[in-house]
Amino acid sequence: MSGKEDEMKTDLISRRQLLKSAGAFGMLALLERLAPAYAWASAADAALIPQLTGNVIDLTLAETPFRVGDRTGTAMTINGTVPGPLVRLREGGEVTLRVTNRLKEVSSIHWHGLLVPPDMDGVPGVSFGGIRPGKTFTYRFPLKQSGTYWFHSHSGGQEQSGVYAPMIIDPIAPDPVKYDREHVVVLSDWSFASPMEIMDKLKKQAGYFNFQRRTMQEFLSDAKKNGWRRTFDDYRMWSRMRMDPTDFADVTGRAYTYLMNGLSPAANWTGLFRLGERVRLRFIDSGAMSIFDVRIPGLKMTVVQADGQNVQPVEVDEFRISAAETYDVIVEPKEDRAYTIFAESIDRSGYARGTLAPRPGMSAEIPARRPRPLRTMDEMGMSMEGMGMKGMEMDGMDHGNMQMPGMRHGQEMEEIPNTHGEDDRSDRTANDPQRAQIPGSAPVKHGPDTHGPGNQMTPEITRGRLDEPGAGLGGDGRRVLTYTDLKSLHPYPDRREPQREIEIHITGHMERFIWSFDGKKYSEAKEPIHFRYGERLRWTFVNDTMMEHPLHLHGMFMELENGAGKHLPRKHTINLKPAERLSVAITAGAPGRWAFHCHLLFHMEAGMFRVVEVSEPEARP
Amino acid sequence: MALVSLFKVGFQAKNYGVPFGAVTAFAQTTRSGSGRQERAPSHWSPQADWPNPVDDHERFTFILADVLEYRPKGTDRDFRWDIEGWHGGDYHRIWFKSEGERHTAFKADYDVDFQLLYGRFIRYYDVQVGARAETQTFQGRNVTRGHAVIGLEGLVPYRYEIESALFISHNGDVSARFTITKNYLLTQRLIFQPRFETHAAIQKVERFTTGRGLNNIELGFRLRYEIRREFAPYAGVSFDRSFFGTADLVRQEGGDTRQVRFAAGVRLWF
Repeated sequence: MSGKEDEMKTDLISRRQLLKSAGAFGMLALLERLAPAYAWASAADAALIPQLTGNVIDLTLAETPFRVGDRTGTAMTINGTVPGPLVRLREGGEVTLRVTNRLKEVSSIHWHGLLVPPDMDGVPGVSFGGIRPGKTFTYRFPLKQSGTYWFHSHSGGQEQSGVYAPMIIDPIAPDPVKYDREHVVVLSDWSFASPMEIMDKLKKQAGYFNFQRRTMQEFLSDAKKNGWRRTFDDYRMWSRMRMDPTDFADVTGRAYTYLMNGLSPAANWTGLFRLGERVRLRFIDSGAMSIFDVRIPGLKMTVVQADGQNVQPVEVDEFRISAAETYDVIVEPKEDRAYTIFAESIDRSGYARGTLAPRPGMSAEIPARRPRPLRTMDEMGMSMEGMGMKGMEMDGMDHGNMQMPGMRHGQEMEEIPNTHGEDDRSDRTANDPQRAQIPGSAPVKHGPDTHGPGNQMTPEITRGRLDEPGAGLGGDGRRVLTYTDLKSLHPYPDRREPQREIEIHITGHMERFIWSFDGKKYSEAKEPIHFRYGERLRWTFVNDTMMEHPLHLHGMFMELENGAGKHLPRKHTINLKPAERLSVAITAGAPGRWAFHCHLLFHMEAGMFRVVEVSEPEARP
Repeated sequence: MALVSLFKVGFQAKNYGVPFGAVTAFAQTTRSGSGRQERAPSHWSPQADWPNPVDDHERFTFILADVLEYRPKGTDRDFRWDIEGWHGGDYHRIWFKSEGERHTAFKADYDVDFQLLYGRFIRYYDVQVGARAETQTFQGRNVTRGHAVIGLEGLVPYRYEIESALFISHNGDVSARFTITKNYLLTQRLIFQPRFETHAAIQKVERFTTGRGLNNIELGFRLRYEIRREFAPYAGVSFDRSFFGTADLVRQEGGDTRQVRFAAGVRLWF
């Protein structure tokens, strides 16, 4: 029905529209858009992110050979590329997206972060029955928002296999962010093993992909550095709990090649700039299981948008982006040289890498890799008073020695050079007045409910950690973005106090690879979570596990209660840290059934999934 | 309302795993103070032919040969294995186990058992019940018996893996087995595994070279190199010792109550 013809049409429309909007972006950016991307990018193995725009867009899902390095595998793609094409739309209009499934299995496309009618949300089993092989599904919805988003398959492991792509919705009103040029930076993780194979291994051996576990060699070197007694106590404590302090990523750089815009670090995706330009980088983490720490050595980044929502600009050296999150940053390169865009995985087992350069073919030094982080007792939710560990000081310095530099502890002890005159991490102690305003951030003892056999442990204490950058970050002189830095640019309309509060516990069993909410996998949950249409509620997330989980709610935004008062930021995906509790305020403005789940693909598939059901608005007589 | 209930019953019968209790729960929900009745958003409810959004009750099949080795000793060619496997989901599994030896310490040609069990997961352990068949040679002839089994297997604090089982034979003889192992990582791929296994019995059963009380202890040390996680050749040494009544029976058969055996084998799973 659609096919090549329509695809050609949308391409032509795109050029016409671009010519019209040339003024907004400047001639240089326009020229870049018209010329094929490979002419501007690195000579080696350029991945073209084609762009689609218009009112009717055709997307085809198919299996395509995909080369990474010197090996070719089979990816599942949108329109033949990994990532799929950039879909560029304008707020206020209505868009029709026709998705044709040429795969051999049922597929779907979910528009991540978009407020759409429930039957357009693209989750098989919740929104619709999926797109059968050979069939075309027509999505049609109005565009009620602007910003950087992305879209991906919501069927099985297809997202891991390559079905993901960026989306930009340009605002009707003038963009508050001023920039001369922009680049989309899609971070992802590619494996030659199929998603089924990966899940199979995860179910059969905990830590299958973890080649950074603590060994006898490490024990001996730790003992030499920190003393035998202390080392022995530390190793014994973890062993007694049957936990692994090196457990940061279930699937690591051993299985993955981390990609930037579909290119491996060696292939070096390059984005160009001219000196003096303000460049907007739209970072999207499309990784199925990966959390990245992003920085550009030599460049400060000003975060201007998170999850498609404008925030008050905050200048940072580094930010952590979890699966499904997006961050838009502005950089202003002042030197005529290449800069490395460095996205190191949270467990330091690998990195995605690209270059920002004035001319093609340039590259900059790849920064030194950071040491593997270790979990702390604090992240396990151990209460500090109850420790009673002899010979085991819990101050930051000792832990710095014990667990490699860069390991941040709850109480920051080191001086951090403060070059910006803004709030510094060292100010954020437990006495921070801002913390007091965050509801539910004070430490809370876990109740007696241990959530059943599917839950491995319950932390003694969970507390707010919104001002912490995260495990493995900080303590190295770099300013890292924290959730308390995010403040919405303008207050959002519904400023009511939440009328009711509900709580959900994030639970799981790392040894058995079972992941759940409140101890129950999706198939064991008897009912969906009910919201009443129009209500404003507070949802508290309590992470009873010792891993990070990016929680994503479809259909509605979550306002993160991070102490920003009227300027609570809205997010569609929130990364919850180990033993953390945080609250979001939700205006239940979208009737229907919406998925709620961890966006780490294999966690979701293992059971960390729920349906939120928002009731219909009442019929008025 | 009746139609809604019918709808609900139909879905439950098909067991799509979608929480259809929602439909009735919703109809019953009232918020205090408002006096309003919620209406079930029935046109959003999933339809019969929709797939599940996630398949979190998939079944997997696992087989592990933790011990699979050749133990040369003089002219004997002794083989030893300890294999187990399961098929199922997260909480309910069918287990298969087999342990065996050829040319045993007590001069049997072979001593082999097979178990088929149903296991239920309880946080760190699987509780297993089922049946076991034990077969060996005694004085040149084959002897076989069956048992009922109840056992517990899992990971205890300090990361020891234990496997324990109580056997009740079809003759009413009660015996037990206990195994404990631990893996020490020397490097990421070089792993040292001490292993301790013991048997005990209440009744003496001469045909099965089983005495009263503690039967034997097997202490092994194996060093494996994980070429792949699933394939790890190893070398090791095993000390076997028989006790009390069992020792008497072993001597009676002309066997050794104390054994030191060197072993080479491969640990594999898939």
